[in-house]
Amino acid sequence: MSETSVADLKLIIFQLKGKEYAIPVSDVRSIEKVQHITRVPSSSHFVKGVINLRGVVTPIIDLRSRFGIEEEVYSDSTRVIIVALENMDVGLIVDAANDVIDVQTEAIEPQPEVVGTEEANYISGVVKVGKRLMILLDLEMVLNPEEVKATQGIEG
Amino acid sequence: MEMSQYLEVFIEESKEHLQNCNERLLDLEKNPSDLSIVNDIFRSAHTLKGMSATMGYEDLASLTHQMENVLDAIRNQKISVTPEILDVVFEATDDLEAMVFSIADGGDGKRDVSSVVEKLKLIEKGESPAVSQGVKEVAATIAPDTPRVLKGEYDEFECTVLQQSMEQGFQTYEITISLREDCLLKAARVFMVFEVIEKLGEVIKSTPSVDQLEEEQFDQEFTVTIVSKEPMSDIQGKVMKVSEVDRVDIQPLSIEQLRPNTEAAVESIKQEVVIAEEVKMEEPAQDEQKKQTSVKQASNKTIRVNIERLDILMNLFEELVIDRGRLEQISRDLNNSELHETVERMSRISGDLQNIILNMRMVPVETVFNRFPRMVRQLARDLGKKINLEIVGAETELDRTVIDEIGDPLVHLIRNALDHGVETPEVRRAKGKSEEGTVILKAFHSGNHVFIELSDDGAGINRDRVLSKALKNGIISEQTAATLTDKQVYELIFASGFSTAEKISDVSGRGVGLDVVKNTIESLGGTVSIDSKEGEGSVFSVQLPLTLSIISVMLVEIQKEKYAIPLSSIIETAIVKKEDILNAHNQKVIDFRGKVVPLLFLKDIFEVPVFEEEDEFYSVIIVRKGDKMAGLVVDSFIGQQEVVLKSLGNYLTNVFAISGATILGDGQVALIVDCNALIK
Repeated sequence: MSETSVADLKLIIFQLKGKEYAIPVSDVRSIEKVQHITRVPSSSHFVKGVINLRGVVTPIIDLRSRFGIEEEVYSDSTRVIIVALENMDVGLIVDAANDVIDVQTEAIEPQPEVVGTEEANYISGVVKVGKRLMILLDLEMVLNPEEVKATQGIEG
Repeated sequence: MEMSQYLEVFIEESKEHLQNCNERLLDLEKNPSDLSIVNDIFRSAHTLKGMSATMGYEDLASLTHQMENVLDAIRNQKISVTPEILDVVFEATDDLEAMVFSIADGGDGKRDVSSVVEKLKLIEKGESPAVSQGVKEVAATIAPDTPRVLKGEYDEFECTVLQQSMEQGFQTYEITISLREDCLLKAARVFMVFEVIEKLGEVIKSTPSVDQLEEEQFDQEFTVTIVSKEPMSDIQGKVMKVSEVDRVDIQPLSIEQLRPNTEAAVESIKQEVVIAEEVKMEEPAQDEQKKQTSVKQASNKTIRVNIERLDILMNLFEELVIDRGRLEQISRDLNNSELHETVERMSRISGDLQNIILNMRMVPVETVFNRFPRMVRQLARDLGKKINLEIVGAETELDRTVIDEIGDPLVHLIRNALDHGVETPEVRRAKGKSEEGTVILKAFHSGNHVFIELSDDGAGINRDRVLSKALKNGIISEQTAATLTDKQVYELIFASGFSTAEKISDVSGRGVGLDVVKNTIESLGGTVSIDSKEGEGSVFSVQLPLTLSIISVMLVEIQKEKYAIPLSSIIETAIVKKEDILNAHNQKVIDFRGKVVPLLFLKDIFEVPVFEEEDEFYSVIIVRKGDKMAGLVVDSFIGQQEVVLKSLGNYLTNVFAISGATILGDGQVALIVDCNALIK
């Protein structure tokens, strides 16, 4: 119990091409298995479509293509993490999601400043727990509705 | 005490009471001598006063109190109803409404009402400066001439009952019971008195009515008329045994007393006031009406439910439907007759359930219509016109979401009809019409739509004036002007920046009204059209979908994807041979019943991944937007279905040519095609 009391942040860990990423539990609604996705025409390339999430039509984003990683056929371990941001629910497709950890805010370090940081403005920090290194995502920037709308505008 | 939790209830109920006041005041204006209406208003005002005092809105309470005093005086025939008095009461109601709305908007409900209060006070004293001398005389003559020998007044029905019982040897008594002044539980005492009396004979009538007695809406005294075979002294003795009863007066009634009473009253009024006589004759009919409305009210018991909860219920139900679909599939596969039977039964029940849930969202248009009589009255006065508003089909039901949106467009249309449609009394007389213009607001169901028609018998639309105005404002060109049909010309008044009224008035006529109306109605998935005959009036017809949440669609397949096309925009479906497709300047077209219709390949528009080659036939859905048509090419038709309309969420907004999504029986999402976006 003493361990949890000092922990400041609960994170959900998921994998993308062998790397580990983290998002705060408080933003996550649920984790689902992949189900039938209905493609939505003329939307951004990383928007895979919409699913029926218990009666609510929920848009789905493939994080691999959002981050510019080559896409892969969905397997048994592929998961959809439903995140709630402001007034919208969005599903994120990830390779696997199987861990929840507690970290202290001190354990979160800023993203190392290297070339190409501009590209990765959706990273809000790096978490180091033992030998594991996890990338903490800024969901707002990942979804970035303005960018989505902008690309839509061009296509439409 | 923490009041905020009651605030919502208070606001809702206050609005209802004020609405009731408004409606009944309008009734009263038509039948100034029907005191039962005054009673109704009084009750509403009284409740309002109590509520607002409890909630600490002093201004509201004091104004209602003043209004109540005037109503009380009218009720007790101390003053008679005149249009001037009604105007002041209407004004007071307006103020009350403003205060309630200010409270609803988070204000403190304070408002300067001293002038209205002053006017009400004057009326109460019978000194209303606005009341003319003549009217006052009439008031004076009615009061003393109505014989008040009997405490109660009996209508025809009650008289007949009394007469019949007398003929059968019963005695009729009028018992006046006074309770002690320090009596605390008046209603309880009344109940006990009634229990005693009901053992002795049959109660024919009580003044005030039993309802009012139960709510303690009387001072110390009430009167009961009974038929009984018991002697007078026995009744008196038994009633006196109820504790806290101060005095019991019994008066036997005879047939003679019953008759001359009403006759004498009619006689005296005949001589003095002509108006009153007319009203007297109308009274039986009104009683009838009153009974009907009271029956209707009794059957309309309701509770308030937040619409959000209904949405949740609907969502849960949809999930149930999806699981039902799966269950049906499983039962077919297993081929077990018992399971089959159970599943079939469940399907039927859930079908019924679906109807009920959908119906719960339906609200009668009455909720929108009921504010119009008041508005029309005010407008007619402002404009100096005489207008009779008739409302037909107020019970027609519409989805709640549509109801919320339809109010403002209708207000615009009514204002328009009153301002530009109906002429002033002088003009009407000159044209040989009756001075009073009639505006009919009619709502009815037809198929999957609700129609709301607003017709007036006014001047109608002048084609030349509309055309010249449209030319002047640059809405159309000279060449097109000549070719337009009458109907197309009338449609022009919906164009933005158009105003046909020669002089701009406060009521309508800045040219912003009607195009807003058209836009709002079209955004609801409806249409609006006009028909008019010059000199005879116009009809504005609004067509609305029954509900916004459920629509009929045609499900189609494009390669492996399913799309839904709203039935409302489909004209028909066709199978077209490849060689029948013509090329008109890079655009594939077909000849559809003599018309050239462009073809749109949804496969290309929606960038559907292609798996199989197309065959030599095209499945085409002919859709329309206004007068324009287009043929949507799909791979196959699945069929017609009722679906629940869902939004794509806040993340995906403005997807081209997609208006929303729906969840199909197998749990998959299908997108709904927005045909309006496909046709330019």
